[in-house]
Amino acid sequence: MNTITALWLRQVKRYYRSVPRMIGSLGQPLLFLLVFGFGFGPIFSRAGAGNYMQFLVPGVIAMSVLFTSMFMGIEIIWDKQFGFLKETLVAPVSRTEIMIGRTLGGATVGVIQGLIVLLISLFIGFKVNIITLPLAILFMILIALLFTALGTAIASLLDDMQGFQLVMNFLIMPIFFLSGALFPLENLPNALTVITHLDPLTYGVDGLRDALIGTGVFSVAMNFTVLIVLTAIFLGIGTYLFSRIEI
Amino acid sequence: MIEILNVSKEFKGFKAVDNISFDVKDGEIFAFLGPNGAGKTTTIKMLTTLLRPTSGTLKVAGFDTVKEHDKVRKAFGIVFQDPSLDDELTAYENMQLHGVLYHVDKKILKPRIDELLKFVELHDRKDSLVKTFSGGMKRRLEIARGLLHHPKVLFLDEPTIGLDPQTRNHMWSYIVDLNKKENITIFFTTHYMEEAEKVATRIAVIDHGKIIAIGTANELKKKTKSKTLEDAFLKLTGKDIREEDASSTDRMRMMRGRMSRR
Repeated sequence: MNTITALWLRQVKRYYRSVPRMIGSLGQPLLFLLVFGFGFGPIFSRAGAGNYMQFLVPGVIAMSVLFTSMFMGIEIIWDKQFGFLKETLVAPVSRTEIMIGRTLGGATVGVIQGLIVLLISLFIGFKVNIITLPLAILFMILIALLFTALGTAIASLLDDMQGFQLVMNFLIMPIFFLSGALFPLENLPNALTVITHLDPLTYGVDGLRDALIGTGVFSVAMNFTVLIVLTAIFLGIGTYLFSRIEI
Repeated sequence: MIEILNVSKEFKGFKAVDNISFDVKDGEIFAFLGPNGAGKTTTIKMLTTLLRPTSGTLKVAGFDTVKEHDKVRKAFGIVFQDPSLDDELTAYENMQLHGVLYHVDKKILKPRIDELLKFVELHDRKDSLVKTFSGGMKRRLEIARGLLHHPKVLFLDEPTIGLDPQTRNHMWSYIVDLNKKENITIFFTTHYMEEAEKVATRIAVIDHGKIIAIGTANELKKKTKSKTLEDAFLKLTGKDIREEDASSTDRMRMMRGRMSRR
């Protein structure tokens, strides 16, 4: 076993051992699905836009991947003061290896969380296109990698949890709400159109929606390219900032 | 084993460590004492490659901590002031992960882990999650983990803080035992003067970033004409309480108390 595998395995183990945390983090997506799905469903279909639940599920899956991955990245703030990160920083391994192991671990947990939400949504009537399911999983992986890397980059800059609330309210929430996870991207006011197009999650949600129910705004190639490029950039920045952590 | 030459460390114009030089010989148990904010932890961080010195050189086991940091990292084990174990893993898994990080040969890894867990009397709990351990047990596990890769030096940053006298006594008997049996050099900081007096072969006192005294406990006592090491320490560093701005770690420690995490 090498360093990267060991660090990856560590995070996956931590995830499946903590059943309360796993269930707890399913609360929010479930609430969104039930409240928004059934609450807005009637208006949505009356407006002639189709089945809102079908529309919403990919967005909520993206949401859970976003939140889980981002938290997995930001966890470094705790970890570097009171946790295992210190142990890895004095070990004879490179920071890049640590970063890769952690990011893969965090992203894996994010994807598992997304799959669980997908599974639950099947029970409340979500119909999925099985043939393109692998493509949907690929998009989940990209979303997860992107935001774990972003979380790590941010966590490398913060030295205590004070800034966390700021990140939560001014970054994670807007990323989610402006991504088209909850509403269609067509016919929006101009300003909102611009902002939604600048939000990385928009392309993740669109890719997921396209793969799961076959209705995307952008092409698969475009979604894929944007996510790949951004993931590479954030991984680069994350690795750089992580390598500069001093404790 | 440890050579520190003209080392300074500045943080935004503030000199945390101001031109210190001293050596620690093979097989010593070396106590590094000083009031809060004197520069102890900064020095340990520089020795353990977590911080780079602003100027000067530090060597551990003959290797430069900046230029040959991976060789240095293989040569020491460390027990931090705040635990750095993974709470959600078992004692055995924590050891195993350390073995992977330090590239310990697979064939010898398992027997070595068993041997060390027996040494710190945690073998019967090896498959328990670390979060079920008491403070003293965690500290013992960290010592065992720090020894896994056969280090030449063991750094202990306030290893007995927050432990009851029984556990402290026990811990020191392990450490002294280790030092004798495996000839591991020990470098530790503490606020308990009687610990330093009892176990240390030599003591250095740092204050305001400068080494103000170095020698055996008896030499320090003689020099300051004191009966106990505590008196000697107070004469050397003064009786004023040191006000120190809370570091980010301190702030997080407080938050940790308030929030029940995980």
